[in-house]
Amino acid sequence: MNFDSLLWVLLLGSLLGLELIGKVPPTLHTPLMSGANAISGITMLAALTAIIKAEPNSPLLIIGSISLGFALFNVVGGFFVTDRMLAMFSRKSTKKNK
Amino acid sequence: MNLPDIIKFVIDLLAVLLLALGIKGLSKVRSAREANILAAFAMLLSVVGLLSYYLGTSGISAQSWAWIIIGSLVGSFFGTLLSKKVPMTSMPETVALFNGFGGMSSLLVAIGAFLFPFNVVAKAGSLEPFINDVSISVSIFVGAITFSGSIVAMAKLQGWLSTPGWTQVKARHFVNIVFGVTSLVAFIYLISGNISSIWLLVIASTLLGIGVTLPIGGADMPVVISLLNSYSGIAAAAAGFVVDSQLLIVAGAMVGAAGLILTQVMCKGMNRSLISVLFGGSLSAQTITSSGSGEYTNITSCSVEECALTLEAANRVIVVPGYGLAVAQAQHTLREVTKKLEQNGIEVVYAIHPVAGRMPGHMNVLLAEADVPYEQLKEMDVVNPEFPATDVVLVLGANDVVNPQAKNDKSSPLYGMPVLDVQEARTVFVIKRGMSAGYSGIKNDLFDLPNTSMVFGDAKKVLSELIGELKDLGVGDK
Repeated sequence: MNFDSLLWVLLLGSLLGLELIGKVPPTLHTPLMSGANAISGITMLAALTAIIKAEPNSPLLIIGSISLGFALFNVVGGFFVTDRMLAMFSRKSTKKNK
Repeated sequence: MNLPDIIKFVIDLLAVLLLALGIKGLSKVRSAREANILAAFAMLLSVVGLLSYYLGTSGISAQSWAWIIIGSLVGSFFGTLLSKKVPMTSMPETVALFNGFGGMSSLLVAIGAFLFPFNVVAKAGSLEPFINDVSISVSIFVGAITFSGSIVAMAKLQGWLSTPGWTQVKARHFVNIVFGVTSLVAFIYLISGNISSIWLLVIASTLLGIGVTLPIGGADMPVVISLLNSYSGIAAAAAGFVVDSQLLIVAGAMVGAAGLILTQVMCKGMNRSLISVLFGGSLSAQTITSSGSGEYTNITSCSVEECALTLEAANRVIVVPGYGLAVAQAQHTLREVTKKLEQNGIEVVYAIHPVAGRMPGHMNVLLAEADVPYEQLKEMDVVNPEFPATDVVLVLGANDVVNPQAKNDKSSPLYGMPVLDVQEARTVFVIKRGMSAGYSGIKNDLFDLPNTSMVFGDAKKVLSELIGELKDLGVGDK
């Protein structure tokens, strides 16, 4: 994809991000931060690409693998920890609905 | 477009859509948990899309598979382990650590892409190699700041690092400018093809991250974490330019922008501007000299027993939990006290200041963990008109958020900060270790008021004693 279309993607993605969380109740600040943080681990795609495209026996394989490890630590841990927090809220709201 | 391209395109579109819905859903209480799972699913989908694309085109070598599996297993294992073990009170530093690792990932992949170029850069003479270098440099710069800043933030929240006195000296700005300018120079060298300056860029931006974060006081740290979270999104977007992935760019940009908004919202709740958080240094250090607005003159202290007696006679009680409660991990003990009161027909409500706890929203998480019904948690604007009709207010480890100075004293540094009007209630009990000041280092006028009584002691200890006293009074024995 050429550069100017990628810039459009960047611009529209940023605008989308600004729009998405207009009104967040303070209750959710911590979980939202934690969830967004997990999503920022999307760099795992870059790490994967680096590993796949690396030449045989290139040090890039190791660098990519370490990078992938860091990213997945962020992603997997981030989603689990967010879920742990939110589980406490939803337990209450299901009780309320009954 | 051939088949693998089309499939990947469709999967990427779907993943972006689900991620957007996920972020959207995370900002509503009702849908938050499902939204989080949705976002996790979208991430998984994006990995499947990427792997299947390369399987269908160039193939993935056995060696690559091996490194992919090693990296994934190790990262996921430790991430899962930490996320299951960490106590809820340590949430702020946990988010900081995760965030730092995300930044590290972007940093490493950018270094790798620079030293061992894997993207076939098209057409000499076109703009593309230049764009590639710029994206890599941005990714290194932002990634390194995110990493070092987050680790410092975590260490400070964890109590491993204090705020050293010398960091409050104005000269720190000069040091940080030096780091900043060095980064910029290295950045320019790097994009003009001078490969060896990559290490200078890594080191200078790492130091910049440390230099900017170190002087910031504990109370402001959540804002910094939120900002660094936004940075890690930007780092991811920059990495997206490096590997030519629209999905990475969109996702990174969304997180970057959403993080900025969240940072802004948090600043508002604390009555601080982002600029003063970042460059003002620690609030307590600033105000320690200016806030000598006198000693306490009219402190009434009382025993746990008196407190229990007053509580027993009340019809309506509002609990104001704060940072001290979170630190003492007393939320479960508090819940036992309020259960007893409720059994006696006393109405109990929790007043949650937007920045109560160690991070905005953190108190809600802690109280939810202790089984406090969600409906009893009331936000500041809802609860403030209810104080005059309240018999007893229990202030537990909160300080600045109940300081009437913020409303009455125009010369106070706190002036203008939204606070809970606890002094309107008939009786206020402040459970506190001693007379030390809050984060701001400012005297709390509430403690001097005639309807305020201090109960000195550790929150958890006082609450357990309170349970005993209430038992003796026969409260909640039904």
